[in-house]
Amino acid sequence: MSAVVNPSAADSGHAHADHHQHKESFISKYIFSHDHKMISKQFLITAIVMAWIAMIMSMIFRLQIAFPGESFAFTHFFLGDKWAPNGVLSSSMYLALVTIHGTLMVFFVLTGGLSGTFSNLLIPFQIGARDMASGFINMLSFWFFLAASIMMLSSLFVESGPAAGGWTVYPPLSALPESIPGSGTGMTLWLFSMILFIAGSLMGSLNYIVTVLNLRTKGMRMTRLPLTVWALLLTAIVGVLAFPVLVSAVLLLIMDRLMGTSFYLSEIHIAGEALDNMGGSPILYQHLFWFLGHPEVYIVILPAFGISSEVISTMSRKPIFGYRAMIGSLMAISFLSFLVWGHHMFVTGMNPFLGSVFVFTTLLIAIPSAVKVFNYIATLWRGNIIFSPAMLFSIGMVSTFIAGGLTGIIVANSALDIQVHDTYFVVAHFHMVMGVSAIFAMMAGVYHWFPRMYGRMMNTKLGYIHFWVTLVSAYGVFIPMHYVGLAGGPRRYYDYTEFPMFQGHFVDLNVMITLFAILGGVVQIVFTYNFFHSIWRGQKAPQNPWHSNTLEWTAPVEHLHGNWPGPLPTVYRWPYDYSKPGKLEDYVPQTVPLEEGEEDH
Amino acid sequence: MTTLLILVVLVLGFMVVLRLSRVAELTSELRGLREEEIPERDNRISGRMMWAFGAIYLLWFLWLPLEYGDVFLPPPASTQGEMIDGMFTFNWWILGIVFFGTNIALFYFAGRYYHRAGRKAFWYPHNNKLELLWTVIPSVVLVAVIIYGLNVWNKITAAPVPGTMEVEVYSKQFDWTFRYPGKDGKLGAIDFRLITGENPLGIVTHKTIAARLAGLHEEVDNAKADLDARKEVLPKSKIKEKEEEIAHLNRLIERIMGLRTLMEQDIAANGENSTYLHGADDKVTKEFHLPVNTDVELVIRSQDVIHSAYLPHMRAQMNAVPGMATRMHLNTTITTDSMRTITDNPDFDYILMCNKVCGISHYNMQAPLIVESPGAFKVWNIMLPIFEKPGSSEPDTKNEAAATTSDTVKTEIAGEAEAAAGTNNQSN
Ligand code: HEM
Ligand SMILES: [Cu+2]
Ligand SMILES: [Cu+2]
Repeated sequence: MSAVVNPSAADSGHAHADHHQHKESFISKYIFSHDHKMISKQFLITAIVMAWIAMIMSMIFRLQIAFPGESFAFTHFFLGDKWAPNGVLSSSMYLALVTIHGTLMVFFVLTGGLSGTFSNLLIPFQIGARDMASGFINMLSFWFFLAASIMMLSSLFVESGPAAGGWTVYPPLSALPESIPGSGTGMTLWLFSMILFIAGSLMGSLNYIVTVLNLRTKGMRMTRLPLTVWALLLTAIVGVLAFPVLVSAVLLLIMDRLMGTSFYLSEIHIAGEALDNMGGSPILYQHLFWFLGHPEVYIVILPAFGISSEVISTMSRKPIFGYRAMIGSLMAISFLSFLVWGHHMFVTGMNPFLGSVFVFTTLLIAIPSAVKVFNYIATLWRGNIIFSPAMLFSIGMVSTFIAGGLTGIIVANSALDIQVHDTYFVVAHFHMVMGVSAIFAMMAGVYHWFPRMYGRMMNTKLGYIHFWVTLVSAYGVFIPMHYVGLAGGPRRYYDYTEFPMFQGHFVDLNVMITLFAILGGVVQIVFTYNFFHSIWRGQKAPQNPWHSNTLEWTAPVEHLHGNWPGPLPTVYRWPYDYSKPGKLEDYVPQTVPLEEGEEDH
Repeated sequence: MTTLLILVVLVLGFMVVLRLSRVAELTSELRGLREEEIPERDNRISGRMMWAFGAIYLLWFLWLPLEYGDVFLPPPASTQGEMIDGMFTFNWWILGIVFFGTNIALFYFAGRYYHRAGRKAFWYPHNNKLELLWTVIPSVVLVAVIIYGLNVWNKITAAPVPGTMEVEVYSKQFDWTFRYPGKDGKLGAIDFRLITGENPLGIVTHKTIAARLAGLHEEVDNAKADLDARKEVLPKSKIKEKEEEIAHLNRLIERIMGLRTLMEQDIAANGENSTYLHGADDKVTKEFHLPVNTDVELVIRSQDVIHSAYLPHMRAQMNAVPGMATRMHLNTTITTDSMRTITDNPDFDYILMCNKVCGISHYNMQAPLIVESPGAFKVWNIMLPIFEKPGSSEPDTKNEAAATTSDTVKTEIAGEAEAAAGTNNQSN
């Protein structure tokens, strides 16, 4: 298992590099590129666009929640007369926006965007490979992703509106067009878009797995892999095992919708008519969905762990504390993530004993998660911390992960979940633990590896502004949101004014949340500006700006096919020799041979 | 006003950003600073900001409940709710300690160990003892959390003692209907194919089946007549649609006849105990009342999509799933009146709300719940109309006879109500 040295792969890669030194056309270089570096940029920029769309959606519906029934030029500008008559968001579009916001954020930004970008960028670079195992399949994976994105967005323009049953699209609501307008064409597009998305994601994941297992350079044992690669590898494995189940869930739903089958439908009387469907179960869909859906949240958070581990260690100038424990906890989390899906279904009428089992498995996950947090903190302890924007975002990630992880212990406990299930408490919990944490890590990754992607530096000062305002607004949005939930405020409600119990301070909290959300949205302009401006006008990056140990910084700044002009680098040590006693510098790249008598970690 | 405010914020924010970015860029260009070389001063400032932020964050965290704590729900009004609230308290303490501990350590270390030239970080790649410690301690704490949690969960979900009153909570887009058992104390069978305007829950009785079949036959006849009359003028697709409609109605008829056979067999086998005989005396209502300090089992159903019966004041929730009945145990402890006193709000009402997105009016699918003394509950309950007046299913019953029956029923009701009022007085 260890020391899978693959000289033949390395050699053929070398030949491949020589072979490709011819001039590329614009199309093969920027559009139908097989090159992992270019594909990672394609993923990243698509994700940034999708994130903007999803964020503007959240601002629109946040305005409605805080100021129900008021007219907003902002809302009207985006939605027009049909969905926002007189500038007031309509209730069917409200649900549609929430649904598409969630879908875009979870799948397109934090699955496609996060692991798509960083798996592509970092896996070949950090294991010392010339490219992915299959550049062609890698390219396809992006194009499926893009096609899925376009199809999802196109559903915003259909007559009956986009899917509106929530990002989990539970049937029968999602199966019966007569139950909600969004379950017409919009839902069909949603379902087919997801199939494309999953196809792309599977191609990507298989490629990542094969690449990590087979194309590691000489000396790169599994126990010398950076934690980013470990995290991305496990993410890919979880994805390969979980996503196909979503395909089957979606296919059965498509059949129920288009072919009159009854997988999820039984004994329904709707729009004045008794339907023919008998014998199906809506609960079956929930089991299938969450069998993917829960691992999905780990698909989102594992790369975030990888990135923050790498950044925190590098910028603290200290080895990550407990490298093996970190790998162990990543593995434990990945494994356990398949055994906990039922915690989303405590109040579906599920057998209480089964519920107990899911309580147990879910709370087990808290242990490796806690270990990770403690290890991050121990890494900071007595470090020599350089506060690059990436480091700030990584520390922010640990903090938000603590805040969100702890409320996980509440919602994992079935008895407590009875009260807070489907309230804003849950919304606050998952935004904190997977939304904000993963976005923070993604930002950290972008700031940290921008020089590696574009050969230029991003502006540090703007990074500081971006970080602090984002941190303040993230907490300003999601901490008060717990209160809304504990006050009994259900999620996916268009308007709370119908309830006397939701007045007074409840409204004030909602206003506060919305104002912070706007602040947080506006400050992303700083980031976007910094990002695009720096692509062309940023300072030229040096070879190894962060004095990092990993292999990506040994490749020349200029992009070239095959990554390294000469032979592939050889690895002699683990990636975390920072501030090692007896060394002159506070870092020792992985390519530096062990000194006589020096112990590898 | 608020629109204006927000627009101003947006515009200002945007302008500030552009200004700042120019300034930042010019200064770094002027001074020849490298983006990746972060001067000690900046690291110190960032470190101090970590401290400041950590402190403000934690203080704000403590201040929020003082300022906004009044949005929390009033004391739980059911025994289940009391258990859940107690469990919350226990968990909040544990989580609070961990939250403050980890955040303090995180922000303190981050601020304390900012980069200084000439200093080297401490080489500390692992410490097995420490790692063991912080694996074992959380595990032990979690065992406590799990044991406590499952204990409460088991109590809440325990099977009801036989004889517990059942109340049906029936959901459809976008309202709630309730069904109380009649004299037999049992809810009768229902079938979604029998749902009509007069029979909103689809209760199964001889009469409802007969009426539904008659109605369906009429529909089929009308559709057929219509089709025959217009066969020449209608386009092909429309004809097909009509034919399919007729086929669908015929399938319904067939299935309902199947149901009737089933019912007859069940009655033959079980006699009085057949669930098909319990429906006629059920009471269907739009009002939701429960007797205080009484165990009830809510039987929750849905007609169309998934809904969820959420009673935040009771800390109770259960989904309503079409095609199956879910169950939830409830033992309320505080009457609506008492809660009005406790919350010092004469308009207070317990609310049943839908908590599973179910369509465009999901946000307004609510019904007030009145919790009252068992006596008052009985009075209210007895006055509810019975689904099918006894005897009225016999088509050949004489008017006179019908009148007398209903009269006896009336006196009976009045008697019971008096008795109930008596117990009510006693219990007060
Ligand atoms: C830009 C800042 C964000 C704000 C202000 C925001 C706000 C909200 C709000 C208010 C809801 C509606 C909750 C409901 O009614 O159920 C929501 C839903 C959701 N958000 Fe966000 N969110 C933000 C970013 C994110 C991120 C980064 C993620 C990534 C995980 C995310 C994922 C979701 C999901 C999955 C839902 C549930 C959608 C559904 O109910 O179907 N959001 N968000
Ligand atoms: Cu989950
Ligand atoms: Cu609803």
